[in-house]
Amino acid sequence: MEFLSDIASLINSTLRISTPLVFAAMAGIFAERSGVIDFSLEGKMLMAAFVAAVGSYYLGNPWLGLLLAILACVCLSMLHGFASVTHKGDQVVSCVAINILIIGLTTALAAAWFGQAGLTPTLNEDQRFLEIHLPFADALRDIPIIGTIYSDILSGHYVFVYLAYLSVPLVFWIVFKTSFGLRLRAVGENPSAVDTAGINVFSMRYKALAVNGVLIAFAGAHLSTAVNANFFREMSAGRGYLALAAMIFGKWHPKTALIACLLFGFTDALQIRLQGVELPAIGEIPVQLIQAIPYILTVVLLAGFVGKAIAPNAIGQPYIKER
Amino acid sequence: MVSPILELTDINKSFGHVQANKNINLKIKKGTIHGIIGENGAGKSTLMSIVFGLYQANSGSIKINGKEINLRSPRDSIINGIGMVHQHFMLVENFTVLENIILGFEGETVFGEKLQKAKEDLQKLCNTYNFNIDLDATISDLSVGFRQRVEILKSLYRGAEILILDEPTGVLTPQEVDELFKILRSLKEEGKTIVLITHKLIEIMDLTSEVSVMRQGEMVGHTKTEDTNKEKLAEMMVGRSVLLRVDKKEIKKGEIIFKVNNLSVKDDLDVTRVKDINLEICSGEILGIAGVTGNGQTELLEALSGIRRVESGNIELFGEKISDHNNFLNPSLLKEKGLAHVPEDRQRMGLISDFKAYENLIFGYHDQEPFSKSSILNNKEITEYSKKVMQEYDVRPNSPNLITSNFSGGNQQKIILSRELNENPKVLLVGQPTRGVDIGAIEFIHQRLIDMRDRGAAILLASVELDEILSLSDRIIVMFDGKIVGEKDNKNVTDRELGLLMAGVAE
Repeated sequence: MEFLSDIASLINSTLRISTPLVFAAMAGIFAERSGVIDFSLEGKMLMAAFVAAVGSYYLGNPWLGLLLAILACVCLSMLHGFASVTHKGDQVVSCVAINILIIGLTTALAAAWFGQAGLTPTLNEDQRFLEIHLPFADALRDIPIIGTIYSDILSGHYVFVYLAYLSVPLVFWIVFKTSFGLRLRAVGENPSAVDTAGINVFSMRYKALAVNGVLIAFAGAHLSTAVNANFFREMSAGRGYLALAAMIFGKWHPKTALIACLLFGFTDALQIRLQGVELPAIGEIPVQLIQAIPYILTVVLLAGFVGKAIAPNAIGQPYIKER
Repeated sequence: MVSPILELTDINKSFGHVQANKNINLKIKKGTIHGIIGENGAGKSTLMSIVFGLYQANSGSIKINGKEINLRSPRDSIINGIGMVHQHFMLVENFTVLENIILGFEGETVFGEKLQKAKEDLQKLCNTYNFNIDLDATISDLSVGFRQRVEILKSLYRGAEILILDEPTGVLTPQEVDELFKILRSLKEEGKTIVLITHKLIEIMDLTSEVSVMRQGEMVGHTKTEDTNKEKLAEMMVGRSVLLRVDKKEIKKGEIIFKVNNLSVKDDLDVTRVKDINLEICSGEILGIAGVTGNGQTELLEALSGIRRVESGNIELFGEKISDHNNFLNPSLLKEKGLAHVPEDRQRMGLISDFKAYENLIFGYHDQEPFSKSSILNNKEITEYSKKVMQEYDVRPNSPNLITSNFSGGNQQKIILSRELNENPKVLLVGQPTRGVDIGAIEFIHQRLIDMRDRGAAILLASVELDEILSLSDRIIVMFDGKIVGEKDNKNVTDRELGLLMAGVAE
């Protein structure tokens, strides 16, 4: 029975840890399917975390904090679009600029407003999201298997966890079953074809970036107003890049990107679980090595197992209509 | 009088300092096939892109059926019944035919009923015109000819009454051209108006009833096709009389100097693109390689010129083995042995477009005297030399200090040719020598190649232009799927026969 509950708690943490990755990967799919590279998931996630924490603190409502975070991220996406879509700048450079800007900006603003470099005040229960306990979770706990799945795995998560996994079929449906999705995919493959079909390439890319901004805001808010009760310096900790890797590993497809996110989430959950545990025959593994597992996995997967990840054909290329 | 279906008045368009269209006037009658002919860069495509709403004119007016319209985007043009099949197809390769056609005209936010309806409508259209297209096929699986049909179908589905085709035959085999012309004629019977942009005189004579000629951004004449002929049209296009046939002396074949034995070559994706090829070229002979683009010609030329590793087999020059899988000479060593190469893709491999003309003119020979001494370039010597060869090869303008990308395609090609021919190579490998080159320059380039041959060089000419192969070669081989599928003496061979071979239909 202890083994079973170990597994349950491992799956539970996997779902929670994967949540920001899933939002970020879905956000990335929108940008990159439209032909715009999005390295700035990291910076936007950090911005969202900061704005959500500060917004919730002042307004007393985490939902309003989330709303502000969405606004902030959409603005950053528009900035990225302005540089790389309208002015046809290098997309990677624009992203790197955003990432660096946000690291500095959040630290400086926190120092100015709260007197602590890169730290916002702790949120009380009204100012943050709380774990949701599904109905009858306690009553059903003792039923074998089903009870464990329902009460220990599915119940007791923050709202973002549920939203993240609901976003995947939604993104799939938008990308593959709607005319917006058709145009989105087309504009990332062959913008000229979209232009000659009478659709504005630039406005399509801006729309995709707007959706991207909304989705990534959820990832940031999850970090600072749900799992943590404040913002701290560089709290996104590379999750934006990890999500980007998951998206590429998932070949720009929501379903496979989800699997990749879960895989990364699982290794992370596993590394937390393995810290300080004596393994038979090996002994205790140094904590640094364990913590490096998700990143080692990223490199190995991207280098070896992705196979031919075929990116959208026009990715990274600004659309130039007239010669 | 019935007003013309399309009327352009005083259209002007410039890109930066270049005026691509100057005061263009054009009237097109309903239900006709109207040709617009002109050299590369004459402004034909620009003009039609304006009509299609892709570019906006700086001034001028466009009327459809006598009514002035304002075209701000392709959407406006499509709504007004204008469709365009671009030279480079505007298709999303990993989409299905159906997805490509409905793109932008889905009619519903979430796919459902309308998609089904669109499919039925398209099936009917396909049947009407005998298109024979599988609507669920992915574009990347279709041949070029079929992709073009998808483009036509797309325009028809969107309600085109005027169909503009930009250089539609450039990528087709002769059989596919026949099929296309059949389709265009039947569209005309239906009352559609067709505008055919081309630089091929034969197509104008074949298909159109009226023709307009453009030169250097201006409209230089309109005429009924029956009142003109190829020579007159060519003269209008170029502005002087042009020799359309190449003058070629009887072949004086020498001994075999270049030989390829059982050659196989792989591309960058590790796919075998050249399969067990044998060929030999004698001095004083031009061997033409015909074939549709992408059948291994590129990889063959690259292997022969020392840019790509040979997978198996070997290459001999003057009886000496120069390349096999383990050893191969780089292009610079090959140059010393008398082998020169004019690459197919002049932008990518032939020139460094940001360099000045004089730099490109000596590139590859820059380490030789008198261009350099002890690794230091002698710019004075180089500039003088450049002036001289640019004069000789009629490169315009004759200014060695001009950046290469500012020269026209034809003049860029002349820069490469002068560089490669000046050393009097014994073997010359040439890929697509006249791609994107105007008629006047084509005449010049062809004459130079013939001169080389008459001086005893062995020339391998790969071209997708069948006319070029037929007018220059002494012997022709056809490549299909990496293999040589036929060899013909260029005496009694027709373009039909070659076309069948190019399409992979066995004899």
